[in-house]
Parts: sequence; structure tokens; C-alpha cells
Amino acid sequence: MAKKKETIPSSLLTLTIGIAVAAFSVWYGQNNHLLPEQLSSQAPLVDDLFNIMLCIATALFLLVEGTIIYTLIRFRHRPGDETDGEYIEGNFSLEVFWTAIPTFIVIVLGIYGVQVYNQMGGFDTVGQVAHHHHQHQVQLASLPADESNPMLLAERPEYGVGATPVEGLTPPDLEVDVLGMQYAWIFTYPSLGITSGELHVPMGQDIKLNITAQDVLHAFWLPQFRLKQDAIPGQPTQLRFVATKSGHYPIVCAELCGAYHGGMRSEIVVHEPDEFVTWISENQVAQNPDLEQAVALRTDGDRLQDYTTQMGLDATTVQAALKQP
Amino acid sequence: MTSAQLPLESPPATPPPSGHHNHPEKWEWYHYFLYNVDHKVIGIQYLVTAFFFYLVAGLMALFMRAELATPNPDVLDPNVYNTLLTNHGTMMIFFWVVPAAIGGFGNYLVPLMIGAKDMAFPNLNAIAFWLNPIAGIFIGISFYFGGAQAGWTSYPPLSLVTNNLGQSFWILTLITVGTSSILGALNFLVTIYKLKIPDMRWDELPLFCWAMVATSLLALFSTPVLAIGLILLFFDINFGTGFFRPEMGGDVVVYQHLFWFYSHPAVYLMILPIFGVMSEIVSTHSRKPIFGYKAIAYSSLAICLVGLVVWVHHMFTSGTPAWMRMFFSIATLIVAVPTGVKVFSWVATLWGGKIRLVTPLLFAVGLLAMFVFGGLSGVTLGTPAFDLHAHDTYYVVGHFHYVLFGGSVFGLYGAIYHWFPKITGHMYNETLGRIHFGLTFIGTNLTFLPMHNLGLAGMPRRVALYDPQFEDLNKLCTYGSMILGVSILPFLINMIWSWGWGEPAPRNPWRALTLEWQTTSPPAIENFDEDPIVWAGPYDYGIDTQSFEEEELSVDEMLAEVGQEMK
Ligand SMILES: [Cu+2]
Repeated sequence: MAKKKETIPSSLLTLTIGIAVAAFSVWYGQNNHLLPEQLSSQAPLVDDLFNIMLCIATALFLLVEGTIIYTLIRFRHRPGDETDGEYIEGNFSLEVFWTAIPTFIVIVLGIYGVQVYNQMGGFDTVGQVAHHHHQHQVQLASLPADESNPMLLAERPEYGVGATPVEGLTPPDLEVDVLGMQYAWIFTYPSLGITSGELHVPMGQDIKLNITAQDVLHAFWLPQFRLKQDAIPGQPTQLRFVATKSGHYPIVCAELCGAYHGGMRSEIVVHEPDEFVTWISENQVAQNPDLEQAVALRTDGDRLQDYTTQMGLDATTVQAALKQP
Repeated sequence: MTSAQLPLESPPATPPPSGHHNHPEKWEWYHYFLYNVDHKVIGIQYLVTAFFFYLVAGLMALFMRAELATPNPDVLDPNVYNTLLTNHGTMMIFFWVVPAAIGGFGNYLVPLMIGAKDMAFPNLNAIAFWLNPIAGIFIGISFYFGGAQAGWTSYPPLSLVTNNLGQSFWILTLITVGTSSILGALNFLVTIYKLKIPDMRWDELPLFCWAMVATSLLALFSTPVLAIGLILLFFDINFGTGFFRPEMGGDVVVYQHLFWFYSHPAVYLMILPIFGVMSEIVSTHSRKPIFGYKAIAYSSLAICLVGLVVWVHHMFTSGTPAWMRMFFSIATLIVAVPTGVKVFSWVATLWGGKIRLVTPLLFAVGLLAMFVFGGLSGVTLGTPAFDLHAHDTYYVVGHFHYVLFGGSVFGLYGAIYHWFPKITGHMYNETLGRIHFGLTFIGTNLTFLPMHNLGLAGMPRRVALYDPQFEDLNKLCTYGSMILGVSILPFLINMIWSWGWGEPAPRNPWRALTLEWQTTSPPAIENFDEDPIVWAGPYDYGIDTQSFEEEELSVDEMLAEVGQEMK
């Protein structure tokens, strides 16, 4: 074991390499551009977590891979040398060291990850709001949320991402019912009487999606919002978020749901608040929501139109789906 | 560590005529196609059968990559695409990696490494193998009827409403291979516990055998749970029950728990034996003792135990309560610790060795390089906050192919080259082996690295059509898969040519210390003509450099001395 020291490069070289690796890792962690635009209040939290994990991962990757390559070159077998390597069976302090360091890293990461998850609203699902209900009866009783969201009182377990600690017990500004079906998303605004094939939301407002599925599992994914939640037949789930920027962004089905799963796309349109009012008034004019158009609108481009018919989607199937409880 | 001067090696090639048994001197080629209870024959049967399915499943992957070369679903019918993606996964897991690693190398090596004549229950062993061809027939029938199309996870309700006949036969297939796996696991545990030669202390048990202990425990605990889930699914499809039918009050999320309770440990079933292989290859070809024998042995058991309580990380976006997301996140991250211990131990084993860059070592080092990457991306997926974004995307596809292709398949290749001389009695061709490694390494990274970018940028997995913005990277993946397809050719040529006409292999071409190298290549029918002798620990390389004054001799000197005695 004493001999091992000779093979370790001089401390100066080690220090230089260490600083270079650390510097590169920190830089790459912050400048990786691997994730798309940030559209929700949760996205920066997730991205910060990812960037830190990427920074640590890059450093570990470079160190381990660098060591492997160095080892292969430095300790390669020289022709004619038939002796064996040094008889080293282990090194207790070294083993403790490389057990302790990863343990420390994963514990810190675990705590930080849970904290981010909490800030995103992972723990404050509706069930817990209902739990606190009694203490805040006055506050809640004055709100119409009790009627529009029976879940609040039912204490049913609900899965997904709920109110963030900042939002606390305040009800969302807008609730939208999301129904997944092969191969479309249907959005119903119970308070507005609108049904749409695209999700329209106002910027800067607290939105809650109540997600269900009609036939098979789907997953409601907003890549730019870093949010995803399965749509499960028979079990309601939810997502709650605040959109931070206006524009058109994709909605993706992320759970295999049949042959045209890849074509199950829609769009979320984030409006400036006054634009959103215009959108509401335009769509409320048509008393009967034009479902043919809802189906037509469900894709973000003409490219997928051909498949719509193959998928067997038309106004009748959508109508039938909506009639179901 | 060891005392020298023990006789171990009789001259190579011809076994002494004294060893007479009731069965033939050696197995003929047709014995390999029949019911046979010799663990070595069964091991080869497993390996060759598994490799056949590997080729089939690999071909499926090439068709899928061809489809994904362009955004439009223009090559395959979308139903066929789903059949391929389902069966590619199913076959790679249940017909290739698991049977090749556990059934193939486990069977071939465990009795030899512990100095036994055969497995504890030879007939049970043969039955366990023959369940595999039966399962192969089932999956063939399933395929004939259009195949299962609901992904290898087969989540209801999709699996209940899609191609019922194909799905039903798929379930029968999995229950059959699951039964085989349970029988095998039981056999390994009893064999290692009862048939290890008494001279061998528990801390002299080769690490591959420790890995097989952990693997078998895991298979025994988890496989029955998968069987339960699949049987309930089968009843739902065929007998009108409603366990997973929401309209009948069933719960689709319960299936996911039953499925992942097995299928997460299945990942460890696929990698733990490979970790065992790694320890053997790295130590032998770097001519150095394994660094931290106990740490490696115990970390296998730790992975086995913790691996049983991490399954919900596959369900962070499903119907999963918040506390579960938290608990299973922490448990998942903790698995990184024993895994890291192994990786560091192997690197430390290489450090200071006399590394021979032969093909098995190249594959072992390639595995190490890629497993580090796959492990690190796995840690990121263990946090629910990030997993909400990355789950069910190509990021996950990239991650698990680094672990399972870069890990398990590289390990299998390494093992095939390492034990090829022992199994066949011929040396493989080193040049072809290196070409095979080079192509596979480049192909793997080109195919699976860009997938991480795709997933993070917003491409979901299991799609036959995708957004045009992802086309360039997908093209790259497809080119990579072509290189992987080509990489199989030098391997096949090498194997077939070397097996038939390769240079004859001595008993111990690697001068390795585990017991399988004490017998002839290939070993005699009951393995050892004379009882094997544990004259050194399995990794006691380099004792010559340490003990100048002591009586101990180097491995070479011992080998030479013993060779003299025999002459
Ligand atoms: Cu879907």
C-alpha cells in the first residue's frame, strides 16, 4: 500500500486537474441548453435541480472516465513483462472514502430533490387542503371553490402536482377538466361553458387541470412547463401551475396509448389576460361547441391531419366521450 | 493467503483414461439438441438459444430505427411498430440477457467455480431450460396473431383492449420464462450452499458466485409477484374478471405495482451477474487481486435488498401519493452507493495492474465507461421533481440502454470472449474481437447518446411518429444502430470460425486462478478428472511481488513447478 503513493501524480498536477474539472462541470451545469424554454413557475425549480445534478454528474464522469483512460495507458501490459501487478487487496480508508462521498451526495440530492418537489406543489394536493379545511373554514367558505370542486370536501386522494406552498390554501383562478382519449385531449371549462381541443390559459394566473382518461392510460405532458401527470381511467389526477409567458406550446401524450400514440398531440395557448377574455367571449358565442373543429384543432399542424381519420376520431366519438360521467 | 506446492495441473489436452463413467467420453453435437442434465450442456443450450433471440430482437430494433429515421410513420404500420417495440423489449430481457447471463453463464460457471460435478438438481435444471423453447413457441404464436402491442410493461387498460389473442400468448410466454427463472434461482442457491468444495472458504468464493447468490435471491422474491399480476391480467382478458378494469371497479395502478415489484428487480437480475463477470475479467486481465473483495460481495447483497424497495420510481407520474414519491426517491438514490462502490473497486483493481487489452477486458472497460454514464443519468431520474419531466421520454430510453446494452450486453460479450477457450476448447481471433469491440462501442454511443438530448427537448418514447424538429438527432441514432447491426458480423464470423477451426486452447490461457481453469478445455463430462484444489484465493495475483523473503511463490512458478511434477 505504501508503494501506491508513487503512482499518484504530484499534488500540484492533481490540484490543477481538480480545478479544471470543477470549473468545466460548473460551467456545463449552467450552460447545457438541454432543456426547452421555461414556461411555468415550476420550470426554473426543476431546471436548477437538473443543472446541479448535471454539474455533479459531469465532475464525477470526467474524474472516473479520466482515471479509467489514464489507468489503461499508464498500466498497460508491456511486452515481455510476465509479472503480475502489485498484491493490493484493498484499502480500508479509501473504501470508506468512496462509500461516504456518494452517500453524502445522494442524501443531499435526495433532500434537495424533495424540497424542490414540495415547492412545485407535489405535497400540497387537494387531499391535504381538505385536511386543513376546518382551521380555515371562514376563509374557504366564502369561496365558490366548494361547489366547483367537490374534491375539496370529499377528501379523496388525488395525485399529481397541487398548490405550491406560496399558493397555500387559495383556490385556483381557473379550473379546466382535461379528458384523454385515443388519440386526443378534450378540454372543458366548467365555469365558462367552453369545450375545446386546445388548452387556452391566461398568463400569470393559477390554473388547475383536473385530468381523467376515458379509455386507456395517457400522460399529460407539458415539456416547457416540466410537468407531467398520467391520465388514469377511474382515478382523477391534477396539475396546478402558473404560466409565465405567452405563446403556443406543445401538449404531448407520454404514455403508450395505442397505435397512434405518437400522434396524440395538442397545444397549450398561453394568452395575455385581455386576450384570454377575448378568446372566452368568442368561444362562448357559439353555444354548442364546434366539436368538429375541436378535433381538427387538436393537432398543432397539418402534418398530422391525415392520421386523424385513421385514428377513428370524429365529432361523434368526442361527443360520446363527453357524455360519459 | 495461500500455501504453495500443491499439485494442480495434469498435462493439457487428453484426460487420463482412468476417469471412466457411465456416459460417453464426450458429448456429440446432437446431444446439445436433446434433453441433457449436464450443467455445461445446459449452459451452452441457454447461451445459443438466447443469442438466437438476441438476433431476432436486434432485427426488430433495426426496423424500429428505420421507421424513426424520418418523422412520419412511413416504413411500418403503426400497429406493427407497437408489436416490435413490445417484443423487442420482451425478448431482449426475458429471452436474451436474463437467460444468457443467469441461465447460460450461471449454469456453465457456478459448478465449475465451486469445484462441483454438476448443479444440485440436474433434472430441475434441464426442465428449467426446456421451458425456454416452450416460451419461445408461445411468443411465436403470439407473434403469428399480431403480437402483443401494449409495450413490455403491458399496462391495462391498453393491454386489455389491444389484440387479446396476441396479448394472452404473451402472458403465457412470460409466466413460462418466469417459472424457469424461479426453478433456476432455487437450484443456484442450493448448489452454491451445498456443493461448494469444503476447502473453499466463503471468502474465497468467486465474486461471480456471490453475484449469483444475490441474483437468485432477488429472482425468488420478485418473480412470483409478476406472475400474480400477469395471471390477473390474463383473467381480465379471457374470463371476464375486472381486477384492472376501471369500469368494473378495478384499479389499473395496482397492476403497475405488481409489475414493477418484479420488473425493477429484473434490472438487477440483468446486471448483477454481469457485475460478477466484471470482477472475474478485470482482475484476471489486469493481473491484480480484486480491490475490496468483501465490499464487492456485500454490495451485491445490498443492491439486492435495496433493489426490492425502489419500484415506485417507475410510477412517479402515475397514481402515486406524494409520500411514496418521496420514500422511493430516497431509496432509489441510495442504490447508487453500492453500485458506485463496485465501479470504484474495479477502477482501483485496474490501477497498478499489468493490463492486457484483450477483447474480454476491452468489453469490461467499455462496460465500465458506459455504466458510469448510465448510472449518473439514473440518479437524475431518481428525483421525482426532474422525473416528472423526463419520465417516458427518450431520456429514459437512452438511460436504460446505457445500463442494459452498454452494461449487460457488453458484459455478456466480455464473458463470451473470456470463457470461449474454456467452453469450446479453442481460442477466438483477437483481431476480429477487437474490431467487434470497436464497432460496438462506437455504435452504442452513437445510437443512445443523442436520445438523452431528444428526451429532454420533448420527445416522448414509444412513438412511431414525432415532431420534425427531432429529425436530425434521430437520423444519428439510426446510423448508430446500423453500425451496431454491422458489428454483429465480425462477432459471428469469429465465433463460428474459431469454434470450428480456431487454435486449440490450453487449460488456462489467461493464467487465471478460479477453479474452472484447473480442468481441461472444454471440461470433461463431470468437470474435474481429479478433485480440484483450492491452492490460492480466486484473485491472488501478484503474490510474488510481495513476499520475497517468505516461502510463497508466484503463480507462474507454481504453475511451472506443478507442470514439472506431472511430467
Ligand atoms: Cu395517449
